Amino acid sequence: MVEATHLSLHVPEPAVRPGGQPDFSNVKIAKAGAVPRPEVDAAPEDIRDLAYSIIRVLNRDGEAVGPWAGLLSDEDLLLGLRNMMKLRAFDARMLMAQRQGKTSFYMQHLGEEAVSSAFRKALQKGDMNFPTYRQAGLLIADDYPMVEMMNQIYSNEADPLRGRQLPIMYSSKEHGFFTISGNLATQYVQAVGWAMASAIKNDSRIAAAWIGDGSTAESDFHSALVFASTYRAPVILNVVNNQWAISTFQGIARGGSGTFAARGLGFGIPALRVDGNDYLAVHAVACWAAERARRNLGPTLIEYVTYRVGAHSTSDDPSAYRPKTESEAWPLGDPVLRLKKHLIVRGAWSEERHVQAEAEILDEVISAQRQAEENGTLHDGGRPSVRDIFEGVYAEMPPHLRRQRQKAGY
Amino acid sequence: MPRMTMIEAVRSAMDVSMERDGDVVVFGEDVGYFGGVFRSTQGLQAKYGKTRCFDTPINESGIVGAAIGMAAYGLKPCVEIQFADYMYPAYDQLTQEAARIRYRSNGDFTCPIVVRMPTGGGIFGGQTHSQSPEALFTHVCGLKVIVPSNPYDAKGLLTAAIADPDPVIFLEPKRLYNGPFDGHHERPVTPWSKHDLGEVPADYYAIPIGKAEIRRPGSAVTIVAYGTMVHVALAAAEDMGIDAEVIDLRSLLPLDLDTIVASVAKTGRCVVVHEATLTSGYGAEIVSLIQEHCFYHLETPIVRVAGWDTPYPHAQEWDYFPGPVRVGRALAEVMEA
Repeated sequence: MVEATHLSLHVPEPAVRPGGQPDFSNVKIAKAGAVPRPEVDAAPEDIRDLAYSIIRVLNRDGEAVGPWAGLLSDEDLLLGLRNMMKLRAFDARMLMAQRQGKTSFYMQHLGEEAVSSAFRKALQKGDMNFPTYRQAGLLIADDYPMVEMMNQIYSNEADPLRGRQLPIMYSSKEHGFFTISGNLATQYVQAVGWAMASAIKNDSRIAAAWIGDGSTAESDFHSALVFASTYRAPVILNVVNNQWAISTFQGIARGGSGTFAARGLGFGIPALRVDGNDYLAVHAVACWAAERARRNLGPTLIEYVTYRVGAHSTSDDPSAYRPKTESEAWPLGDPVLRLKKHLIVRGAWSEERHVQAEAEILDEVISAQRQAEENGTLHDGGRPSVRDIFEGVYAEMPPHLRRQRQKAGY
Repeated sequence: MPRMTMIEAVRSAMDVSMERDGDVVVFGEDVGYFGGVFRSTQGLQAKYGKTRCFDTPINESGIVGAAIGMAAYGLKPCVEIQFADYMYPAYDQLTQEAARIRYRSNGDFTCPIVVRMPTGGGIFGGQTHSQSPEALFTHVCGLKVIVPSNPYDAKGLLTAAIADPDPVIFLEPKRLYNGPFDGHHERPVTPWSKHDLGEVPADYYAIPIGKAEIRRPGSAVTIVAYGTMVHVALAAAEDMGIDAEVIDLRSLLPLDLDTIVASVAKTGRCVVVHEATLTSGYGAEIVSLIQEHCFYHLETPIVRVAGWDTPYPHAQEWDYFPGPVRVGRALAEVMEA
């Protein structure tokens, strides 16, 4: 007989709390170029290792190395750098605008710019993303006008969403960007449904689902994986592991599974883990998954290992739950600086040109901001009509809403 | 004209809709090869192939979530939740997603889905196979809610729901599947083949959503009901010998308020009946609207007859079910006052 023991509950804790010395020694990082690139039709059980390693292309010297390198030209990479810089500058201006009271809320991408910017390049026109709130790089990299994004952030009279949505909850069918919910994980299984529809119609378009590390704990994440697995849906299941879910470290959602990528294995879904701060690696892995989907080989799960340098949103202060200097200790570096260094090593870029590009981009962002502010900001200037509250609940307004609109005076 | 049970009518609605629109797809638990636990989708997979009618994992949130994604793509999914009691895992997808996609994207994306669910008791289903959760949907802006009471309406309203540009919750009173059950559970079941509304055209037709129907014109009192309770109300009026006007709402949202107001203005008395629990039930909304619109016509207070505010019991089903005796008592109460 087994001797009775007093049970105790295990509650995971991050390695360090505020006041402590940042420590990422538990994040095991493969050498750039070390992880093999399997054929896209490899059997999931033969590539299980990829769910536990980290695919990297850029090494410490800024060189692109290994089997995942070589897909992008100088021109592609210069555009990629520009898109990331634009996203960063956009975020900085909008964060400031929120502090100036021009809008209620903002969420920035600082440190995570490579993930959505590089991913977009792996997709084609007509493909559909089901994003969360931290993938605006998908829009910027697809040349969605910044002024439209700002109109939405300001909820002004030119807001394409008529003031109904929280700032940054964009929607653009034309740019393959499904309306953001603000709810968590619901979009993950919707993406699978969209991909199933594309397969039902023998189309060639694919879908991409997005989720953060924390929200993988939601049941809709598991719903999505089982549907994607059962119907071999042409979908890329993206998990952006930025280490923090507001104040909760990723270990709370991850539990004992080792990595988030490993979640895919039980469903028979090939799962890759990639350096999310490496533009080239993100793009290469996304292309691999997109090719699988387009060749009707089914879903792929990708975990992007990255770090949320800023706060979760304008409503929290990270120094209350993690060491202030933790981002400086993050071992995968800064995605903009890493690509910049690579381009300089390639001989396609220089410090001078970078400084010049920063200035140009800032001008571009400021000019878009001026233009947007002519349409108003949250509390000043033009705003959507009160009528817009009642429109669009249904295709055709039912009698009870018409009565309520009249009561409101419109 | 062919005669159909409510099951056959629902199946026919999906059949004719799939036939005329290649974007209509049907799926849910046991829905494909087997044709559904109530057999509502029998034969559809054989006829339209397994990419248009198929089985799903037991995952209601996944069923509705996938349907939303398909609708965003451009399909018109008509999905089945095996029992309305099983819809709760999908409630987030229905209320915060399906219901608001048009609104939050300003029409950039829409969500033309139909979610069918067998509802109500009377089949000894106990607490997890008998619920009537309609008020949980009528409280959500952006959804439409339909409860048919007969095969003719079931087909015409389901085809309309499938063609509708917005999400529709389609609640099928399971006790009515095989006959117009009036609550006299001790009597033999009348089949739909012996009822006028069991006559259902084989071809496509649609009934506009949002129109009530007067099932029995009368002058003494108005009974507002829907689903199974329409037949219970008719039986109660007959049992009591009271000249009641029985309104079958058919669509709870949008609601045909004009028909209710015209009737109560005429009769001055009203009983509101539903099988769902009383407190915060849809009857409370109806009573409130009548009070707002017909107050000076009312001769007596409005009375509600509903399920007790308890879980749906198993052995005591007929003590729980608001049958013709309870509705009859309510009629007597409003007539005496």
